[in-house]
Amino acid sequence: MIPAIPVIGNPIDPAKALEPVDVALKKRMADVALNAARSKGATYTDVRIGRYLNQFVVTREDKVQNIVNTESYGLGVRVIANGSWGFAATDKLDNDSIAKAAELAVAIAKENSRLLTEPVRLAPQKGYGEVNWKAPIQKNAFDVPMKEKVDLLLGVNSAAMQSGANYITSLLFMVNEQKYFASTDGSYIDQDIHRIWPAFFITKIDPTTGKFETRNSLSAPMGMGYEYLDVRPQDKIQSVTTLYKGRYDMLEDAKAGGAQAGEKLKAKSVEAGKYDLILDPSHLWLTIHESTGHPTELDRVLGYEANFAGTSFLTLDKWESKKFNYGSKIVNIVADKTQVGSLGAVGYDDEGVQCGQWDIIKDGILVNYQTIRDQAHILGLNASQGCCYADNWSSVQFQRMPNVSLQPGKDGKSINDLIKDVEKGIYIIGDGSFSIDQQRYNFQFGGQLFYEIKNGKIAGMLKDVAYQANSQEFWNSCTAIADANDYRLGGAFGDGKGQPPQSNAVSHGSSTARFNGVNVINTARNIG
Amino acid sequence: MPIMSKDEAQALLKKVLSYSKADECEINLSGNDSGNIRYARNSVSTSGRVSQHQLAVASAFGKKLGIATINEFDEASLKKVVERSEELAKLAPENPEYVSFLGPQTFAEAKTYNPVTAAITPKLRSDLVEQSIKVAKDAGAVAAGFLEDNAGFAAMMNSKGLFAYNTSTNTNFSVTVRTTDGTGSGYATRGYNDITKLDTKKATQIATEKAVKSVKARAIEPGKYTVILEPAAVAVLLENIFFRLDARSADEGRSFLSKAGGGTRQGEKLVDERVNIYSDPMNPDLPTSTWNGDGRPQEKISWIEKGVIKNLSYSRYWAEKKGVKAVPGPDAAIMEGGTKSLEELIAGTKKGVLVTRLWYIRDVDPQSLLLTGLTRDGTFYIENGKIQYPIKNFRFNESPIIMLNNLEEMGKVERTVSVESNQNYLLPPLKVRDFTFSSLSDAV
Repeated sequence: MIPAIPVIGNPIDPAKALEPVDVALKKRMADVALNAARSKGATYTDVRIGRYLNQFVVTREDKVQNIVNTESYGLGVRVIANGSWGFAATDKLDNDSIAKAAELAVAIAKENSRLLTEPVRLAPQKGYGEVNWKAPIQKNAFDVPMKEKVDLLLGVNSAAMQSGANYITSLLFMVNEQKYFASTDGSYIDQDIHRIWPAFFITKIDPTTGKFETRNSLSAPMGMGYEYLDVRPQDKIQSVTTLYKGRYDMLEDAKAGGAQAGEKLKAKSVEAGKYDLILDPSHLWLTIHESTGHPTELDRVLGYEANFAGTSFLTLDKWESKKFNYGSKIVNIVADKTQVGSLGAVGYDDEGVQCGQWDIIKDGILVNYQTIRDQAHILGLNASQGCCYADNWSSVQFQRMPNVSLQPGKDGKSINDLIKDVEKGIYIIGDGSFSIDQQRYNFQFGGQLFYEIKNGKIAGMLKDVAYQANSQEFWNSCTAIADANDYRLGGAFGDGKGQPPQSNAVSHGSSTARFNGVNVINTARNIG
Repeated sequence: MPIMSKDEAQALLKKVLSYSKADECEINLSGNDSGNIRYARNSVSTSGRVSQHQLAVASAFGKKLGIATINEFDEASLKKVVERSEELAKLAPENPEYVSFLGPQTFAEAKTYNPVTAAITPKLRSDLVEQSIKVAKDAGAVAAGFLEDNAGFAAMMNSKGLFAYNTSTNTNFSVTVRTTDGTGSGYATRGYNDITKLDTKKATQIATEKAVKSVKARAIEPGKYTVILEPAAVAVLLENIFFRLDARSADEGRSFLSKAGGGTRQGEKLVDERVNIYSDPMNPDLPTSTWNGDGRPQEKISWIEKGVIKNLSYSRYWAEKKGVKAVPGPDAAIMEGGTKSLEELIAGTKKGVLVTRLWYIRDVDPQSLLLTGLTRDGTFYIENGKIQYPIKNFRFNESPIIMLNNLEEMGKVERTVSVESNQNYLLPPLKVRDFTFSSLSDAV
């Protein structure tokens, strides 16, 4: 139900004024940087000119808290000089400031070259000339009138409150990255990327005990336009609650969420022990991200992240053996930078490499990693896999995770087929608490909704659930994966790595999957 | 030049304000020069310098608010950002929680700027890293580290006459040293406003010693242990208290500071009576800004005194509703400590675990503030006052509130850096009983 709160105002769209910067101007600016760096002795240079537009609409209960448009525009230039990387970025885009930034990048590279143990080796990359790529969206979220967004969120809040929520915060976060890349390889690449994240956070309180429970939305951030919020019946999956595939019914989910937060308060506290887990894609994406996506990042494997994000248990010897048993035989994990609707989809990465897809885990065996141009030679590759990304014009690009996804099962199983064979288990929907060690062995995950499974049937809701496992043992306990009809994307805007830390937007697809004999702990505590 | 003088900032803000047609307008302006150098495998990896600005305009018509930001400062862009914020405000419904912007305030002069840090060169960064790498190389180990420095300014002005300006510098350094076979790892981190205080060689020596000593770690059973947490480990646990001092969440019943049946636990003794936590922008060892983003003065304030929750932070709306002072949340926090060194704390421990660093700290339950995470880069078993041997890393599930109730002893306060938030704090090492380790990790 739409609340009776007037949204008054002239329906002009402020973002209409934000037309992309003329490509010819961007090429001229890029050439200034390329020429300046070359003249100072750079042997390779790339330039990224970015205009980053964000819009946030944030509401709580019957109030709009914030409507914010942000814009950031600038240029980053990366060079190799004396075999070393150097980088500088500026938001002053006159020719003189651009040239100075390029010269500073060269000076930094030269200064640091004395600390090198070996010079940077770039995989060869052909220049593409002047090309462009646009995300295949149907409805630009920045063109949707603000009233429509506000009405949606206040309607969502009203639905949750009517079904029992005490509090709800809801938001729409919309991103448009207008990115231009040029390099001394001869590429001039113009890209237009769109992302959207509708989300809510419900709290329900028991006034007598003072206990509270929360229920977050089951949406996914997507590489889509506003069409993600156009509800279509064929995109719904009926389970213990409605699940969403490719389109999201925020109103329906909020209504369910308000009631489920109340159910959680009354739910049975889980008894710690071993359970078979049935994990929904709205939950499993995060486990894939942490236990498969991160340990197969080649920069971690090599030690480049040792001081912060960590290293990896998937060392090169395991890959070289061609028989490291990462998971059971039905586990196939694919990296894909082209998946339509995903957060990581682009035409070209941030060092001018055309994107594609490749196997990482094949029939349970580790077969590949994620690489960029200065790492490809380590794997004996003569081309990068296109995993280079910077979260802003002001950040230096480095190896970031592509979409990494579990492939659907091939034996035609549905969610119910998975549940009916479980004697003692828990069905987990939605992502919750998450933590994993710096080499990606030991993890712990919570969730949003936990349902006890007894003898093949759902036996009611549980709470205080978290599971702990070792990544390799966990993926080897994967005994069933639902088929492609159940395949859905989850993901995050805020995949963090690097120093200074940068955020990467990445999706992870899967169908519902079963994992046997996983250790579940009870998380209830009393602080008096 | 990203650092504008007070006069330059004031002039720009006045110009932007002159374009406003809204009932109220508030502008926040900032700029900074940041430099960094990153190394791994005993070799430099990436390094750079970034200069950038940001201008955020908040426009209000009655109780309708819109905000827009931009980083281009030509005349047309400045007009555009004001217009955009006004358009957004006109499109927004009335927010009954909107509170009119603050009038003029008096702010103390902050001590956050150091000209030597602001003048750092690529050569100095490179020299500092060279010293660090040399220590690791000489020990036959491998260093990965990060040095960053920032020099910036922030200013704000609004249509009610408020103006604030501040400059600041800071540098953070961290290093992880690993043995070449990857079976040992050690860590150290440092943070200062003044880069001349940074000794990368000494910090790397500590990390190297931990790496070498942590080889051949033994597995001991998970369970409840007395732990000695070094300040870097204390930081990532306690900041979950510092970030959650919001009175509204507590009043609404959805915080660890909520009281069953309604109200907050302000005034209640929640942790050991030796716990005193406060913030103080003028502390010479941890100076911070003397005003916050909405123009409220930041002053010295006690958060936990003798174990009692002394103050909570308030938004201006919630403070008005509750009829209390609108105390902003802390920019940094200080915990009082004791007089003992880390070595003395170890010497006084019959059985326990020394924790260098904790990693990947996340909420498990906001009601009890239960957190999970893992030990990392130097975990050792202590018996009879001595480090006996390295042990394999643990996952923990523990609430910092329970932890501060199980306090045994506090060491000397030092400035440290949170690996999670990059925030600097003044914290002591803590000795705590019954800290809950719930499983083993194979990670080194």
